[in-house]
Amino acid sequence: MEESAVVRPPSLKEERQEADSKTIFGFWVYIMTDCVLFASLFATYAVLHNNTVGGPGGKELFSLHYALTETLLLLTSSFTCGLAILAARARDKDKVLFWLGVTFLMGFGFLGLELHEFHSLAVSGNSWRRNGFLSAFFTLVGTHGLHITSGLIWMGTMMIRVAGSGLGRINVRRLTLLSLFWHFLDIVWIFIFTIVYLMGGAGV
Amino acid sequence: MNSFASLLGKLDIHALPHDKITQGGAASLVLGMVAVVVLLTYFKRWKWLYREWLTTVDPKKIGIMYIVVALLMLLRGGADALMMRAQQATSVGAAHGVLSSDTFQQVFSAHGTIMIFFVGMGLMFGLFNLIVPLQIGSRDVAFPVLNATSFWLYAAGMALVNLSLVVGEFSAAGWLAYPPLSELKYSPGVGVDYWIWSLQIAGIGSLMSGINFFVTIVKMRCKGMDLMKMPLFCWSVLTTSVMIMFAFPILTVTLTLLALDRTLGMHFFTAGAGGNAMMYVNLIWAWGHPEVYILVLPAFGVYSEIVATFSRKSLFGYKSMVGALAAIAILSFTVWLHHFFTMGAGADVNAFFGIMTMLIAVPTGVKIFNWLFTMYQGRIHFASPMIWFMGFVFLFTLGGVAGVMMAVPPIDFQVHNSLFLVAHFHTMIISGVIFGYLAGITYWFPKFFGFKLNERLGKYAAWCWIVGFILAFGPLYILGLMGATRRLDHYSAAMGWQQLFIVAGIGVLIIGLGVFFQLLQFGVSIWQRKARLDYAPDPWRGRTLEWATPSPVPVYNFAKLPEVSGRDAFWAMKQTKQAAADKDFMDIRLPKNTPAGLLVAGFAFAAGFGIIWHIWALLVIGGLGVLSSIIIRSTAERTEYTIPAKQVERIETEARARESYA
Amino acid sequence: MAAALLATIIHYLFTANIPVLQPAGVIGQKEKHLMILAILLCLIVVLPVFTMTIFIAWKYRESNHKAKYNPEWDHSRLFETVWWAIPFIIIGILSVVAWRSSHDLDPFKALAAPGVKPLNIQVVSLDWKWLFIYPDQHVASVNRVEFPVNTPINFELTSDSVMNSFWVPALGGQIYTMPGMSTQLHLMSDRLGSYNGSSANISGNGFAGMTFTAVSATGENFGRWIKTAKNSSKSLDTVAYQALAEPSHDNQVSYYSSPQPGLFENVVMKYMMPEMSGSLPPSHMMDGMPGMAGM
Repeated sequence: MEESAVVRPPSLKEERQEADSKTIFGFWVYIMTDCVLFASLFATYAVLHNNTVGGPGGKELFSLHYALTETLLLLTSSFTCGLAILAARARDKDKVLFWLGVTFLMGFGFLGLELHEFHSLAVSGNSWRRNGFLSAFFTLVGTHGLHITSGLIWMGTMMIRVAGSGLGRINVRRLTLLSLFWHFLDIVWIFIFTIVYLMGGAGV
Repeated sequence: MNSFASLLGKLDIHALPHDKITQGGAASLVLGMVAVVVLLTYFKRWKWLYREWLTTVDPKKIGIMYIVVALLMLLRGGADALMMRAQQATSVGAAHGVLSSDTFQQVFSAHGTIMIFFVGMGLMFGLFNLIVPLQIGSRDVAFPVLNATSFWLYAAGMALVNLSLVVGEFSAAGWLAYPPLSELKYSPGVGVDYWIWSLQIAGIGSLMSGINFFVTIVKMRCKGMDLMKMPLFCWSVLTTSVMIMFAFPILTVTLTLLALDRTLGMHFFTAGAGGNAMMYVNLIWAWGHPEVYILVLPAFGVYSEIVATFSRKSLFGYKSMVGALAAIAILSFTVWLHHFFTMGAGADVNAFFGIMTMLIAVPTGVKIFNWLFTMYQGRIHFASPMIWFMGFVFLFTLGGVAGVMMAVPPIDFQVHNSLFLVAHFHTMIISGVIFGYLAGITYWFPKFFGFKLNERLGKYAAWCWIVGFILAFGPLYILGLMGATRRLDHYSAAMGWQQLFIVAGIGVLIIGLGVFFQLLQFGVSIWQRKARLDYAPDPWRGRTLEWATPSPVPVYNFAKLPEVSGRDAFWAMKQTKQAAADKDFMDIRLPKNTPAGLLVAGFAFAAGFGIIWHIWALLVIGGLGVLSSIIIRSTAERTEYTIPAKQVERIETEARARESYA
Repeated sequence: MAAALLATIIHYLFTANIPVLQPAGVIGQKEKHLMILAILLCLIVVLPVFTMTIFIAWKYRESNHKAKYNPEWDHSRLFETVWWAIPFIIIGILSVVAWRSSHDLDPFKALAAPGVKPLNIQVVSLDWKWLFIYPDQHVASVNRVEFPVNTPINFELTSDSVMNSFWVPALGGQIYTMPGMSTQLHLMSDRLGSYNGSSANISGNGFAGMTFTAVSATGENFGRWIKTAKNSSKSLDTVAYQALAEPSHDNQVSYYSSPQPGLFENVVMKYMMPEMSGSLPPSHMMDGMPGMAGM
């Protein structure tokens, strides 16, 4: 009577695979919502970027060289992050820690450069309180910077965890999510670099 | 002493309420909480509370908590409504009513905020939690701890709104706080900040739930349940979850930008210094319009379940209904400008958005036809859920006509922000969202508690709501056409509006009577539960999988995960007389309880309070607390527990025995 | 009882003062006709829905054992086509109407009356009163706007405070007023009378008191009214304007002679200026400068 109703209980392996696929899928979905978040910030920036109320605009304030340095740092860190994941797949703990460390340093460097830029703008009378353009600039770039900071905190904790308990299934899964996050932030930065610095620097 | 005071930021003794009404509200709130604490202590239930509710990750319990909080908030929002009606019925000519202008403005701002965010969303997520895992034949949601965190964030937001009644003030800028009025210059108090942060915290919870239920439905349906075999309620949850995921990040950004203006002196929306207040209006409604469809689509889903069950017939036009849900979800993102046709965007833009708005009426109308034809040639049992539905059909259709009218921009020019508009959206929200969720609670109550609610009182309640609604909002349509704008705390006698306001006041009292009947219904039903307890797993002759479990539902939902082959799976099981499983039980693994969600939300609440009052130390502690809670939780190793097969068997056998006893 | 209720409502609708349904302006007239058209089109769907609902609920109630019970019938291509298509067509018709009327009744579109010179009125919403400047007649008034009947009025509007909405329902639809921006509204009254106006967007504590009177007068009476305003001892110079702009509730009608030329333009422009400059003194509170101590 119950031919197909006696379901064979899923094996532990199957259950774990399902759980992993659920988590990774969920994380992709979260990234999609983060896209909407950044899209709203970009839209706001687009509307406000010329509202300088007589003050200096992107052309006067942004240094393309500086932004390019930041970009190279971040792009490279994405590459090293990829290397870390490859090492994780190969279950090579030392390599993972090494490449994660490099990624961390580059990310930290990026953040440092960004904070320096923010600081020099602020002390030169071009803080976020000056006009709509600067409010939008600091918030858009700053939100990306906050995401980078979160990523660095995550990376730091992962490094401690991997050093302590090795490359088990859960740690590898979490590293995968972290790398997704890191690459995503890289892509967002490309948009920022293009729309804010390249176009702003050209006076668009 | 001085440094201690500065540690408290803007907080001082003047933050306590000044006028009688607010003092009364604050006192009742505080007394209510004290009463709860006293009762818990007297009955020695603290451990039980912590173990069973505060740390639970069981969606069924989380669902019940959502609904309890939402219903409590309904009482507060309703009290606000009563005060508003009292004010507008009496504040004419020389008289200035019962409230000061400032208090009145806080009351309607709180009313709207509470009803949308804490009643509507609360009831909605409550039903998601209770019903979705059961209807898709699963044991749980995709991310149980995230789910609990969502609830506690919702509760933290609710707590902040209510705290504003006791310490400080609430926003007086309406439920959407347009700038420049909501900027620091024109709202220098803490009211708007309370509004911002309670919504921000609750909104993050909502976004997380959207992700959670989306993944749950996509990934955790039982074997054989293809998407096109899901109950329609699950389809409504799926489409709503997609809408939540696209809309709520916009809210997060918008609230943040306003907060940055107010707290860090930025200029996103200020009048002057390069701010653009129109940008706020666009952003907030780009979230706000999808939000109202987020609220109503699951209510449509509830109606689909109820109509099919009580007509003893399968839902008519399943594919069409799914298509309509999808169409509404997509279209809801293309209409937001109709909330500000009068802001001067120009004829082309206005006309485009007007046309898109009218288009939404098409799939909505399709649903009504499909429900009617589900009833056609059925055998309709008019239990109270069906009374709610019938009220919905009449009122929602009329409200929809008003909506189509306002979709034509030049018509809207005459009724925008008038009581005509207020009547329209209350018609949609009350007859759509509220009636739907109240009907759903009545319908599914026996599944979780083992006994039905008193039907007679339920019918009285439904009728009071329907009649009360007509009396409360019918006059408002006319008042709008008479030139009465919304949010007025006073008007001249020469306007000739007072009579209609008095009728509206009577209407709200009748709705209040309906609420009283519902409270009575809960009270009486629970009081009489020992007599009414029948443990009937299928009291309404249901069609979908949730009815295939014992009542109340065991923690693991299904002893054996079901396997289905068509729609209305449970109905099919009953037709083929498929017997319940009584052998081959397995161990069941479920997630353990955890205080993580409670902690995250508690720290978020502290951080929110800190930002509002500029108590920066508290903000830092709160922020670090949230971060630490997340990190510490992530180190948790053994997060599951097992229910041995023998215990499952015992639970199932006992449940079966109880059913036959009834 | 339902019939009595309906009769009461209909009687009320025809006897009470309902400006939107009894317009005194050409724009209001057209907007009213649109409403009626929209309602009639919707009734094409609504009446069958209501009839069907009552019929089906009654006939197929479970106590009616004679009714056919067909539990498996759950789809019909024909019906689906009908109820997707017909509403779609109705909305299609209404869409054309919406497109046309949005352009025809665009608040920014000037009204034509052959041989009649339009009247220019500049409107500034303040906390919590309305200022009307007549640039060509060199007068200004608070909370009362008067104009000749059958004359196109070109309103130019702004706000020196938060967002408001200028609304005289007897004449036609409203338009928002916003600081730093100027909007337009074109109305024309077609009968003499005195009409109520208000702000339709909440603007703070004194918002409910922001009512004003719109008077449609004969050409002669309008001329007399302008003369009365001109005779006012108060002139609306910068100082007087600044005093007026201070927040106040329930203002009485008042008049000013010789408003400062360019006053309206200055009010709009001052929000575009950097904070430290501008020909007008800054408003009574500094914009967005919270204490940053301790951050």
